[in-house]
Amino acid sequence: MGNPTGWKPSMEKDAKTTTAAHAEVGAGGATRGIVHEEPLLFERGSTGRSGVSLPAAGGDFDPARELPAALLRGGVEGMPEISELEVVRHFTRMSSWNHGIDTGFYPLGSCTMKYNPKSSEALARLPGFANVHPLAPAELAQGALELMYRLERALSEIAGFDQTTLAPAAGAQGELCGLMLIRAYHQAHGNPRKKVLIPDTAHGTNPASSALNGYEVVQLSSGADGRLHPETVKAAMDEDVAAIMITNPNTLGIFESHIAEIAEIVHAKGGLVYGDGANMNALLGVARPGDMGFDVMQYNLHKTFATPHGGGGPGSGPVGVKAELAPFLPLPAVVKEGERYRLVVDPKERPQTIGKLREFWGNFGMFVRAWALIREYGPEGVAQTGKLAVLNANYLRKLLQGAYNLPYETDSLHEVVFDDKLQKAHGVTTMDVAKRLIDHGFHPPTVYFPLVVSGALMIEPTETESKETLERFAAAMKAIAEEAQADPDAVKAAPTRPFRARLDETRAARKPILRWSPGMKVE
Amino acid sequence: MRYHPHTPEDVRAMLDAIGAESLDALFRSIPQRLRLSRPLDLPPAADEITLFSELRALSARNDTAHPPFVGAGCYAHHVPPVVDQLLLRGEFFTAYTPYQPEISQGTLQALFEWQTFVCLLTGMDVSNASMYDGATATAEAALMATRVTGRSKIVVSAAVHPEYRKVLATYLRSTGDEIATVPFGADGRTDLAALEKAVDGETAAVIVGYPSFLGVVDALPEAAAIAKRAGALTISVTAEAVALGLLQAPGALGADVAVGTFQSFGNPVSFGGPAPGFFALREQYLRQMPGRVCGATVDKHGRRGFVLTLSTREQHIRREKATSNICTNSGLCALAATIHLSLLGKKGLAELARLNYARGRMLKDALGRAGIAPVFSAPAFNEMAFDVGDAEAVVARLAKRGIAAGAPLGRWYPELPKAKGALLCVATELHTPELIELFAQSVKG
Repeated sequence: MGNPTGWKPSMEKDAKTTTAAHAEVGAGGATRGIVHEEPLLFERGSTGRSGVSLPAAGGDFDPARELPAALLRGGVEGMPEISELEVVRHFTRMSSWNHGIDTGFYPLGSCTMKYNPKSSEALARLPGFANVHPLAPAELAQGALELMYRLERALSEIAGFDQTTLAPAAGAQGELCGLMLIRAYHQAHGNPRKKVLIPDTAHGTNPASSALNGYEVVQLSSGADGRLHPETVKAAMDEDVAAIMITNPNTLGIFESHIAEIAEIVHAKGGLVYGDGANMNALLGVARPGDMGFDVMQYNLHKTFATPHGGGGPGSGPVGVKAELAPFLPLPAVVKEGERYRLVVDPKERPQTIGKLREFWGNFGMFVRAWALIREYGPEGVAQTGKLAVLNANYLRKLLQGAYNLPYETDSLHEVVFDDKLQKAHGVTTMDVAKRLIDHGFHPPTVYFPLVVSGALMIEPTETESKETLERFAAAMKAIAEEAQADPDAVKAAPTRPFRARLDETRAARKPILRWSPGMKVE
Repeated sequence: MRYHPHTPEDVRAMLDAIGAESLDALFRSIPQRLRLSRPLDLPPAADEITLFSELRALSARNDTAHPPFVGAGCYAHHVPPVVDQLLLRGEFFTAYTPYQPEISQGTLQALFEWQTFVCLLTGMDVSNASMYDGATATAEAALMATRVTGRSKIVVSAAVHPEYRKVLATYLRSTGDEIATVPFGADGRTDLAALEKAVDGETAAVIVGYPSFLGVVDALPEAAAIAKRAGALTISVTAEAVALGLLQAPGALGADVAVGTFQSFGNPVSFGGPAPGFFALREQYLRQMPGRVCGATVDKHGRRGFVLTLSTREQHIRREKATSNICTNSGLCALAATIHLSLLGKKGLAELARLNYARGRMLKDALGRAGIAPVFSAPAFNEMAFDVGDAEAVVARLAKRGIAAGAPLGRWYPELPKAKGALLCVATELHTPELIELFAQSVKG
């Protein structure tokens, strides 16, 4: 393993024990640097400065003369008044407090934190894409429509569905869309039904999306092997069940091997099978949900197709469906007529549509990025993506086995879930391990999820990480496991390196301060 | 494959360590009959040069040489290059939801600043960390109002964005809540007599556009008074947020919830998405607010910092009892808006708002000189409907000259007396006086 700087992952117990000249280095390369404190924009007081350059209005139009005084405001009180350079420094300094994929390894399970190609950013910013108005006449937007058309075809092919809607704004809205389609389908057959079956390993969005759709949630227990079993589904299945929602592979990273049989059981009683596509990265080019019995599935383009997560979004959650659900898809659809592309927006052309899910046509900026990645990869690259994602997760699993408890021995696909059973014997919890990883220079895995594992550490490396990075991460995890035995307090004192440590979440919730206001005090 | 770092030797060594024969062997948990036995039917891989030439050609088939004269909920404004340069810093760009606050303080402080900007502009107490867009924010506000009041009727002005009303209808279809739509009068403002009649003891909320879809500064205070008398919440909807630099804040006019989009700040039109939806409200309704929210706190050494908070409202804790199913939001778009608003500041925002008002007036005068009159008489900000005779024909004619002329209101309001002629047009700081004059002449034909 290449290590040109000669550093070793050994962590000081206390900042006092190291000298500035020989700062120790975490396995992820973390060491020291200058970090600036930076006040809120609103704490700089009035200066009369501004950071924009605007043209003169021209003409003689004074709103104060032309509009009723009661409608006008003098100016927005509390707004900052700073120059361009001050704005640049403000955000540059704040950015240095963040860990992104560009900074280091980010194995946040179920979030598929893969590299976000810089090419895609350049392409999404081409004026023809960035500046095309959603209501521009179709002849001025043929490029945008063609791109949507091609992406729709590609996504339908990749997951094995007949049609895909690009409209949903994110994965959770995709779920909502899918459940609306299911409701509309059952309604068209005379009865919307009442219940949705959801395994205990599911993402929280699944039950929330079901409830928002007026469905009662029935939770199903997964088996000792981490899988959902046909007999469990059979026992819960009746003609009041509208659908089952299954994430495959599930949030334990385990493939639901009985999926075809489960789908048969559900279909036999007239129910439908919904696929949460959050973990689609594992299956790319290897297997297709549409071939396993799923009737409908949402993609998360920001996960599987590398569009930036940006501190919480935007996402994009296209939904693929089998032909029987296609008439209910939301608007718009993009159709090709001869050599021209057109948006279908009029419900008269799709009388059974569930309607509109969001304004305009979807998160188009994300479509450009996803399409760029699919084009660059081609069929082999897409398939290799799934395989390498699974290889990386299994390699990490192998490296960490023994140091951490593996609650499910079942094969892993794209992610693996460990827990803190071994560390808890020394009073060290998953949260402590996560915080100590920060000192090493890594973003912690997803913690305390899925709920079926107590103290879960859910690790998803993705395919864009190298063997060396995985080995460094494993070295850090092992160093922490050893430290947990030898000196548990050192682990519990973490993190020591970031400029903030163990923020008081209880206090934040008890006395919420959710915005700046004059004289704001946080104590 | 530049994004796959694995050499064949790496793959072999890793497989050996795992004890698997091949990559395919890693998938033994997928029954053979469920696997794909052929390559995906996708176009062959493209190198970077080919990719760029292909997508450049595709983008060039969108004609964006002139700033659009159509707004209708999505507004082309100047985005200072500073916004994008800061936005593209990988530490912001490639981070996700700030689950680990120690290494997410940059995102968290920026969200806190976003929430503050939303509150300052809307005159509200509290804001969340962003929504998908204005339409879903409106639907979520209506759902919240039904929870807060225990009532099930939503009264919405017909002058609220038609796309927002469609989304509202989609969201409310499965809850069984009722939607009553109130018409607007000849001046373009919500018909207050009709509103008074529609609002009753079962009404959870009254929804009014501010400015409305028609570009009109609607009768928000009057609508809010009617809602209040009936014990209903008032939801104001703003799609052109630059207006809030000039117009009184919705919170000062009686709104209980203010929703919409800040797309106008720092975000390109991008064919309609993504954009930063906002959701702000009075503090008393905080526990019913959907979505993520960032709060200030202290760390173990007493230093100020920020965390995601009040998560017991949210789906990952509350599951089917959550206030919403929203998870991922529009964080990056909210950051773009926050950076743009920081650059603008108090003075710049007021200046930008006046400039947009002036360009709207200039458009009105220029079209007036061409013999084309506005459809509605109520005060407007930067967007107005004009009676151009045959709106669809004008749009088709100007498209041939590469100009997106406006939104023909007949598409959404076929029942309107002047539906055929009404063309909704906007002018922003991007529309120079010369371009506005040229546009007026072209519309006249």
